Amino acid sequence: MEPLKAVAATGQLGTGFKRETLETAAAGARMIGCDAGSTDPGPYYLGAGKTQAADAAVGRDLELIIEKALEKNIPAMIGSAGTGGGTVHLNRTVDIVRSIAARRNWKFELATIDSEVAPETVAAAYRAQRLRPLAGAPELSEDRILGASRLVAMQGVEPFQHALKQGAQVVIAGRSSDVSIYAAVPLMEGIPPEIAYHAGKILECGAAAVEERSHPDCMTAYLSANEFVMDPPNPNMRCTPQSVAAHGMYENADPFYHVEPGGTLDITSAEYTPAGDRSVRVRPGVFTPADQLTLRLEGAELAGYRTAVVAGVRDPLVVRQIDDFLASTTKVIKGKVRESLGFEAEQYSFNWRVYGQNGSMGGLEPDPRVLGQEVGLVLDIVAPEQAAAAAIASVAWHTALHHPVPQYSGLVSNLAFPFSPPSLDAGPVYRFCINHVIEVDDALELAKIEFETL
Amino acid sequence: MSGPSLTLGALAHEVRSKNAGPFWITFDVVFTTEDDYVKVVESGALSAASIAQRYAVDPALIRIFEMPSIRVIKFSFPRPCVAGSFEDRDLHAGQQHVPLLSLPIQ
Repeated sequence: MEPLKAVAATGQLGTGFKRETLETAAAGARMIGCDAGSTDPGPYYLGAGKTQAADAAVGRDLELIIEKALEKNIPAMIGSAGTGGGTVHLNRTVDIVRSIAARRNWKFELATIDSEVAPETVAAAYRAQRLRPLAGAPELSEDRILGASRLVAMQGVEPFQHALKQGAQVVIAGRSSDVSIYAAVPLMEGIPPEIAYHAGKILECGAAAVEERSHPDCMTAYLSANEFVMDPPNPNMRCTPQSVAAHGMYENADPFYHVEPGGTLDITSAEYTPAGDRSVRVRPGVFTPADQLTLRLEGAELAGYRTAVVAGVRDPLVVRQIDDFLASTTKVIKGKVRESLGFEAEQYSFNWRVYGQNGSMGGLEPDPRVLGQEVGLVLDIVAPEQAAAAAIASVAWHTALHHPVPQYSGLVSNLAFPFSPPSLDAGPVYRFCINHVIEVDDALELAKIEFETL
Repeated sequence: MSGPSLTLGALAHEVRSKNAGPFWITFDVVFTTEDDYVKVVESGALSAASIAQRYAVDPALIRIFEMPSIRVIKFSFPRPCVAGSFEDRDLHAGQQHVPLLSLPIQ
């Protein structure tokens, strides 16, 4: 049996790849996939219904992927559309697909997989004790679930497989496991799960599994019954056993166990050996099917509205006593906020970050001395409403700007603001509110799959 | 009197931190030579106790993995605050590895 060739166009839709590389990659391929979402950039995108990559960047990648898939008559599969993978994110990506198809006069069968879950569905599962917390999960309550801005269930291979079996050629899915984008077709073709899932895990980051990735680009894997080969289609890129094995552990808490909706992949016993100059052969680990099907839930809740202030402090005297200065001005600010705006300290969050001291690490900074000539201040205010955050920030920057320094007399301007206005209204702030799996009886239970002929 | 003490920062080729999802942070300590990797592993210096002390985390929650085939020591623990929450100072948790660099290796 000839190896099954699977292609990842790039690690994240919208980050790009070389057109020539995809040309090379697609030769003899059975599918082209791309992951389009992530929780990496934080809860904002899921919560607010926004996308991280620009439409134009997403469109450029999508057009090349679909063009190649149509040319080779193979499926194009996109997972976790629009960064957050909710309905609004999925629809935005599908709109881009429709407009490209119209402009290029393409005809194909499109399937969309919506992974968004109604809060009431999750609340019902909570009541029925069908939710299981993962390590580090937030405290849940029915109220908290119902208050979430958006909830999604991370889909496995089955919705992709169902869409393909119904005749779809282009499949755009909301939140899905990035591995499942790539494992779906191989599993359908009889490739064992320990091969399909492991190859998918390495493919999903595109060219990141190479030794030195100079730019995002495509990746291919050749899957057989007892091994798979990672082969970077860009001739200037090279996989080594170390680069492939190391990639498997990147961004994973546990480098050996990887849980998918259908079961657990244990790659402790996997072996990585060179296959030619630039490729790597992988002998797989072990896949254990799950007794009970579960899907991972992700959710974001609104935490408030933010206004931030950025300022430099360069005066050596103030820099030298920056902690005292900030403590002292904060006391005055909070007093004024109570007096003039009627907000008690507990009603809003108010945090100075001192860059040049411990801005990136806070209390964990092992050496919080100010060694430089300057510090950068970021004041972060989060309040229940934007107007409140903005009002507090106004009081704050103005007070801090003129806060008396014991050694100086007269009115000094302590802070160097780069912007007018000094405060930046940053909009809604979200928080990831769930890290649980939901038990399902059917793998398609929480996927809304629709078909369209374009 | 003992010789100059080595640090993890001096022996490791690369030390990096990153989110493993929004709720966990993971650290990879990468060595270029077998000798360096073995020296650090055998010293026992990178332990739940030494990590807990630097990151103010419960040592029982720290998971440490030795990966001799790629000369990497990885460890992970639950993030002190969820990624992107307003207490969070480092969205990607990419700048949290520095306290490890000064870890003495005997």
